[in-house]
Amino acid sequence: MKARIRKLAIFLEETRNEMGRPIDPPTRRAAAVAVIENPHAGKYVEDLSELMAIGEELGELLTQRAIAALGIPGSSAESYGKAAAVGENGELEHAAAILHPKLGAPVRRVLGKGAALIPSSKKRGGLGVVLDIPLGHKDAAFVRSHFDGMEVRLNDAPRANEIMVAIAVTDSGRPLARVGGLTKDQIKGEDGLR
Amino acid sequence: MPEVRVRKRVTVVEEIFHEGGPVSTEPLRRAVALAVIDNPFAGKYVAEISGFMDDLKPLGLEMAESLVAALGDAPEVIQGYGKGAIVGSAGEIEHGALWHVPGGYAMREVLGGAKAIVASTKKVGGPGTRLDVPITHSNASYVRSHFDAIEVGIADAPRADEILLALVMTTGPRVHARVGGLKASEIKGEDGLR
Repeated sequence: MKARIRKLAIFLEETRNEMGRPIDPPTRRAAAVAVIENPHAGKYVEDLSELMAIGEELGELLTQRAIAALGIPGSSAESYGKAAAVGENGELEHAAAILHPKLGAPVRRVLGKGAALIPSSKKRGGLGVVLDIPLGHKDAAFVRSHFDGMEVRLNDAPRANEIMVAIAVTDSGRPLARVGGLTKDQIKGEDGLR
Repeated sequence: MPEVRVRKRVTVVEEIFHEGGPVSTEPLRRAVALAVIDNPFAGKYVAEISGFMDDLKPLGLEMAESLVAALGDAPEVIQGYGKGAIVGSAGEIEHGALWHVPGGYAMREVLGGAKAIVASTKKVGGPGTRLDVPITHSNASYVRSHFDAIEVGIADAPRADEILLALVMTTGPRVHARVGGLKASEIKGEDGLR
């Protein structure tokens, strides 16, 4: 493994009631987070391929952890998202190198499919920084019931020379979705959008 | 007494491999179980509330069992525990105190008779409030390597008329524990202290 992982954290959320209405079955989502050493902290490095390779291995590890927490096969996942927070001695481009070039392929391999763009966010910040991981349906980005976000936070990360990398997976959309738009049963699944 | 209505459950599992020192062969694992429930006493002073402690017992057991499951389904690997509560703004701190008995009972029940008092903390707060839940060794409070704490919180809880309940368990000492004191190997196990 190329990534030097200090810590892994898995968050699992289950909503059973909202505004006094039972949610049955509950909506569920999981986020898996890795806190890794930033090999390029404190200096400008032109070639970021090491971080791209780290992104590839974390794509597989974190997606597997997330679906394991949900207790579902990858094919039952409905939406996904990814995010990274770079500690103060790193640059935003380090997050981009992890998230964008190579992380997506293993995520899609674990989930069986995933025609849609994996929505993402990134930032630089200190310990306890909040990551809001955007969520969208994995096969059709326009499915309105699945636009969402999941907050994760670790009080002791990222340290200055670390990067926090997160992948979120759900088995459902928002608990009381009712603002119309494309629904999941209307997905054509050809272009990743509709 | 009123029924216990759960809006949301959250589970967080951390695996800590190192914190700047040698990488541990067996990572320290720490798990958090959170439940957001309606506060049946919100918005008014109710004199007799203690019956609600019995109502909370099944939820406590569910949460304690979920912690054991999250840490590998073997109660004997658990070495530390703690509990806490955050009461929404329309409640009082005394409502948080309702968690002492059912929370502690539940963890002892699933661990098969842990001896130490369950370290705890509580506060009144709004959505997103963070709580540092204290952790001690589950059989001897004075074991210095196991003094720890884990920060918990949920972005959208507790609402004013809710209570956020927390149970935590860990599988070992701090990852680089080295400040002396009573060791886990020296526990007499008679009084829950040493």
